[in-house]
Amino acid sequence: MFSYYLQLGMRSLRRNPILTALMVIGIGLGIAASMTTLTVMHLMGSDPIPWKSDKLHYVQLDNWSADNSYYDDGRPPDQVTYRDAVALMEAGKADKQSAMFKLSLPIQPENKELKPFRSLGRVAYTDFFGMFEPPFKYGGPWSHDQDAGHERVVVLGKDMNEKLFGGQDSVGRTVRMDDIDYTIVGVLDDWKLRSRYYDLTNGAFEDPDEFFMPFTAAIDLKQRSTGNNSCWKSSGDGWDAYLDSDCVWIQMWVQLDSPARLAEYKSFLDSYVNEQKKLGRFPRPLNNRLLDVNEWMADQEVVSRDVQVQTGLAFAFLVVCLVNTVGLLLAKFTRKSGEIGLRRALGASRREVFSQFLIESGVVGLSGGVLGLALTGLGLLAVRALYSEYKTVAHLDWTMIFVTVALAVVSSVLAGVYPTWRACRVQPAAQLKI
Amino acid sequence: MEIRPIFSALMRSKVSMILIGVQVAMTLAIVCNALFIIGQRLDHMNRPSGMNEADTFYLGSSGFGQGFDARATIREDLATLRQLPGVADATVSNSVPMSEGGWSTGLSLQPKQKTSTADTAIYIVDDRALDTFGVNLIAGRNFKPEEIADVTFGDRLQPASIIVTKALADKLFPDGDALGKSIYMGEDPPTSTIIGIVDRLQQPWMSSSSIENSTFVPAFMPYGNSSRYLVRAEPGRRDEVMKLVEQKLSESNTSRIIGKVHTMEETRGEAYAGDRAMAIILTAVILALLMVTALGIVGMASFWVAQRTRQIGTRRALGASRSDILRYFQTENFIITTLGLLVGAVLAYAFSLWMMQSYQSPRLPWYYVPIGFVCLWALGQLAVLGPAMRASRVPPAVATRSV
Repeated sequence: MFSYYLQLGMRSLRRNPILTALMVIGIGLGIAASMTTLTVMHLMGSDPIPWKSDKLHYVQLDNWSADNSYYDDGRPPDQVTYRDAVALMEAGKADKQSAMFKLSLPIQPENKELKPFRSLGRVAYTDFFGMFEPPFKYGGPWSHDQDAGHERVVVLGKDMNEKLFGGQDSVGRTVRMDDIDYTIVGVLDDWKLRSRYYDLTNGAFEDPDEFFMPFTAAIDLKQRSTGNNSCWKSSGDGWDAYLDSDCVWIQMWVQLDSPARLAEYKSFLDSYVNEQKKLGRFPRPLNNRLLDVNEWMADQEVVSRDVQVQTGLAFAFLVVCLVNTVGLLLAKFTRKSGEIGLRRALGASRREVFSQFLIESGVVGLSGGVLGLALTGLGLLAVRALYSEYKTVAHLDWTMIFVTVALAVVSSVLAGVYPTWRACRVQPAAQLKI
Repeated sequence: MEIRPIFSALMRSKVSMILIGVQVAMTLAIVCNALFIIGQRLDHMNRPSGMNEADTFYLGSSGFGQGFDARATIREDLATLRQLPGVADATVSNSVPMSEGGWSTGLSLQPKQKTSTADTAIYIVDDRALDTFGVNLIAGRNFKPEEIADVTFGDRLQPASIIVTKALADKLFPDGDALGKSIYMGEDPPTSTIIGIVDRLQQPWMSSSSIENSTFVPAFMPYGNSSRYLVRAEPGRRDEVMKLVEQKLSESNTSRIIGKVHTMEETRGEAYAGDRAMAIILTAVILALLMVTALGIVGMASFWVAQRTRQIGTRRALGASRSDILRYFQTENFIITTLGLLVGAVLAYAFSLWMMQSYQSPRLPWYYVPIGFVCLWALGQLAVLGPAMRASRVPPAVATRSV
């Protein structure tokens, strides 16, 4: 019966091509608008490391001024000071831990055909690799001993290795950066990150880091962060005064493998800050935070307000399109009262008439879904053109394709329920009288 | 016009009427709020930076290693730049407006003040900055070459004299007598004296709440081995000068990297890309929405006309003119649209309230809703015109025919 009703539905839709086209276009537009915005929002906000996002925690300590909070709403600073980062690293109380910051350095290729260029990378401890699990193509991370020994080693990103060594295994070779040679210990493979969630202080959608080097080695060379630096009082003159100051410029992540470890680490942080208070630092009330990956992404609004507003408006638009479809289906089915009366008189039950017309609505939905899918593709193309930094989050994946078509069919079947129910109530006698 | 029969006819197809009404209501709510957001974004994008943007560009230079002499390089580069043909003026600056990266600090009127009086962006420049940025000095004087202090990066800036924007001067000294006054940069002495006031210069950060509070600090302070040059070309010669500058600087010193040259126009484009995208996306949503709603009205009106063909024929046979029939459908549409719009007005304000609470957006100004009323009335009348014309052409003879 299903395939027969499907045929009937198709035939009936072909009979009023204009009305059918209006419905299909309406659903297609509504679906495309909502799916385009939903895809961007979904990919922006999706968990970047689902198997351990609840174990990775971002450390925030409130070392700000007694008179003003860092954020107006009282949240602690989004970075920590050098002295606190080093103290936490030396204490080593977490299962894994890494202080880090962003660094831009001139790269001087061995190959004289390549001009020197600037490159953005990251300064971190070896636990960075254990926590965020980038895939290695050659070699591996440097060791804890190399961290402790302030060794000049480097892990290259895939693109950088491509550029400098043509993609060959470069482990053991050196790369010259800012007139200093670093030994390559590892090369990353393609690291597909939708957002650079481990450092949100300069926006979540920056280009991937091209190199990684030990924190201790970079500090020896007095390298300052290329990212944000905030101070609430002047740091005094010189490098040592800067390291000793209350300026925040370092991001600190810890991995805590169980809720018990999290609770332990929280109390450790509290006792650390209370200890510092005795030295005259941390004038504000205790305000430490250990947000996990998803909480930290929400706190830093990785899914921008604009995208949220766009998604809200797009769904309101879908509702309008569906209301529109309800009206048009109602008009269409009402005109078929005569046909329905005839079928009922010839013995079709209400249930059969109901399923016939619901299938017809489903066919409209399916066509709308297919059109919507094509338009969603165009919509995402437009989003990529309009927001160059969203290229990693404006793509359709299989889940979203399925959701698109399913949303179209389900919503149009829902839109068809009332008109169908009305159609079933047709009294055969009233229609056959004339 | 007799409204009563239209009403009683409408009451017989309540559901269709409600469906059209709901569409109109939601359309009004979405269109008003989306238009309001678009308007805000356009206002945002039209803010002047205070600079001469058309002729100006900037580029970075960074040397390698501990042995690199950044000070000598900057002096040479500035000398090279200033004598190039087509260059009106050039300066070294730590930042430029709209670039989203820069320095800021608090300014206070008293030493050890708990909360600073005003926040300002800091442009660390030399005596040629005013001319290169293309800002207008409206009071006081420019820096003298001997006022440009040598500062090591990482040391505290303690300028004896500064030049501020009018917005900042008024914020610090609301009585308008800022010129010659001294203020504290940070919490400790020494003080800095305001020697000049420029009419306008934006901060680098587009979302700043005090975007026109900027200060020029006269200092020669390379950032490590890096520096940034701002160059203003003679009118209309920017593109040729850009190529020349890139080439000359690359040749002059090979132990450093000359970064990509950015025009101020590109920087503006990037700074406002988000606003532009939002405005375009919302415009697309509005157009699609109006189209869907109009098509919905056309579809529903066509259906009603088809359903009532015999009644129309009867009315015509009983003496109604073609314009009576036309007016009947137009009035019907007006009534439905108006009912929908009344509900839509409530929805529009509710949506605005939600935006205010969730996103701290400003309140929807009152005039958006009446403007929306007029637009949707017009849209409804246009949409119904076709079906109504068809209705008016129904011949009276239809009344006598059986189905």
